[in-house]
Amino acid sequence: MMDLIDFGTLETGYGVWNALYWLLSLGVLFLIVYFIYWRGEKTVKTSKDQGRPFLAGSVTSKEKTHVKASNVYWGFTEALKGYYVPSQKGHTGNVNDYISWFILVLAVMMILIGGL
Amino acid sequence: MIEDHLPALIIGIPLLAGFATPLISKLHDKLRNIFVIGVLGVTLLLVGLLALTVFDSGIFVYVMGGESTGLTLPSGFKMPVRIVLEVDGMSVFMAIISSVVAFLGAVYSWAFMDGHTGKDKYYTLLLILTAGMLGMEFTGDMFNFFVFLEITSIAACGLIGFRINRGESAEAAFKTMVLYTLGALLFLFAVGVLYGEYDALNIAILASRIQYTGLDKIALGLFVGALALKAGAVPMHMWVPDAYAEAPAPITLILVANTQVALYGLFRVVFTLYGLTISTQTVGWIIVILGVLSMFVGVTMALIQNKIKRLIAYGAVSQIGYMLLGVGVGLATLGTPALQEYGIKAMEGSIFHILNDAMYKGLLFLTAGSIIYSTGKRDLNELSGLAHDMKFTCLFFIIGAGAIAGVPPFNGFASKLIIYESVYKFNPLLSVIAILASIVTLAIFVKIFQSAFLGPKLLEVRKEPRSMVFAMLILSIIVVAFGLFPNIVVDNIVSPAVNALINHMDYVAAVLGG
Repeated sequence: MMDLIDFGTLETGYGVWNALYWLLSLGVLFLIVYFIYWRGEKTVKTSKDQGRPFLAGSVTSKEKTHVKASNVYWGFTEALKGYYVPSQKGHTGNVNDYISWFILVLAVMMILIGGL
Repeated sequence: MIEDHLPALIIGIPLLAGFATPLISKLHDKLRNIFVIGVLGVTLLLVGLLALTVFDSGIFVYVMGGESTGLTLPSGFKMPVRIVLEVDGMSVFMAIISSVVAFLGAVYSWAFMDGHTGKDKYYTLLLILTAGMLGMEFTGDMFNFFVFLEITSIAACGLIGFRINRGESAEAAFKTMVLYTLGALLFLFAVGVLYGEYDALNIAILASRIQYTGLDKIALGLFVGALALKAGAVPMHMWVPDAYAEAPAPITLILVANTQVALYGLFRVVFTLYGLTISTQTVGWIIVILGVLSMFVGVTMALIQNKIKRLIAYGAVSQIGYMLLGVGVGLATLGTPALQEYGIKAMEGSIFHILNDAMYKGLLFLTAGSIIYSTGKRDLNELSGLAHDMKFTCLFFIIGAGAIAGVPPFNGFASKLIIYESVYKFNPLLSVIAILASIVTLAIFVKIFQSAFLGPKLLEVRKEPRSMVFAMLILSIIVVAFGLFPNIVVDNIVSPAVNALINHMDYVAAVLGG
């Protein structure tokens, strides 16, 4: 019986992890959600417009609604400009700079390893 | 009979097959593809056989060219004079990863490289790269490690710049070559320092004699720097996005394993070669800091990328950080009671993460390759609605993205959980940074998913060929299976690898006896 309980159980340091129990819990949760959905209001009317894209107050075509990758997380990167501007400048794409970073790391490591 | 020569066969078969490939190419393209996949399949089987032997009977020592393959010290000799291959739990763990990704890379290449010219050279370099990785993992000799390091470097650069119709590929290959060469030269210099001091190149002999003199400290700094450079640790990571983004997708899969072999070299040097002679706290913290920097810088830089493979490549840099973090904690606690308390667990988490990372990151690069193959586009801004036509790729991408972001029940969650919990006992702040990096990792892969797969269908796409789907399917199955049953993997493959690193005297005794 204990073998069955321990099946798939991983010791993680502080505790344990078992993906099979996690999936089982997810299944139970799904059943509860489905039960609530099943008990829900059945008289709601749906129309085609409910599924149409709605952007900035006007219904628009699907093609225009797709958010491009360069716009995703714009707010996040804008807020962290102080970090991103120098970081991007640091990634010059110049192999001389790559070597400079390597030499800098080597120098720091030599000091740390040699001095301590 | 074969069992007695496994390490030599595993290196020799892909190496010789590499040179035979151009000849077989003359006969028929399809025959060459079958030959390459067959050779790598046989290599994978032999690695499996060797793994069973090592996990069952302990370290496998193989002496090249001697009267007996097990005789490390002929009578009258105090040290081995022949080339020695030494395979312990860590070596064979890495060989499993290398042989699996090489095999799947060749399978995926069949359709992916269809229509390209020069495939005889492509497959030759692929086989030589595989042989080089396996050689680095099995060698018991520092000079041979350098030789195999160079073999992998030359083959990898050839493959990164394989298609020069895009100028970026040639530039990426050049940059990688410059850095690999610089790293390898400094590595060779460090090997020379140790040879000058101790009259030996064999790792076991060097480990038994090393004194940690001033020169040894210089050599250690060079080893760590050169191998961390090849592993792509921040701030020496800048070649990684260039190389990973420009190499053909199946080669990027193998390059991931290649950078991990550099990590293996780093761990072998600090644990086996130097062991407790070094200031484990100092070197451990150096590795931890490289790891934290890699996690943070890799993932934050990934967030602003718009080229699909470049974005995943920065994510790959971030994942290297997790591997460095756990092993760094293990090293910092070596020789103290904390090693048993949480150091071993931290190392288990990181070593398990190496295996998981090779599988899910490989899968993600293959899905990116599939997108490029089907649409001809690399820029996420030009992609939309691919889930309509590329259902398999979409599903495989979700599995890979879930795993790299540490979402349960995939394999990445299991290894990251071990790292979070054990590293927390060492320093809670490090765990917090690791968790934060994981959250941002999820965000970067949501960006790819939203940009490429969701939205209206705007592009005409080619269907993914079966061989490409097959390679992605196998990796997906591994990612899910390792996530559902992580304990089986940790107990049977990861723990022996960690024990091999910690009990470095066993490695020495296997060659010197006693």
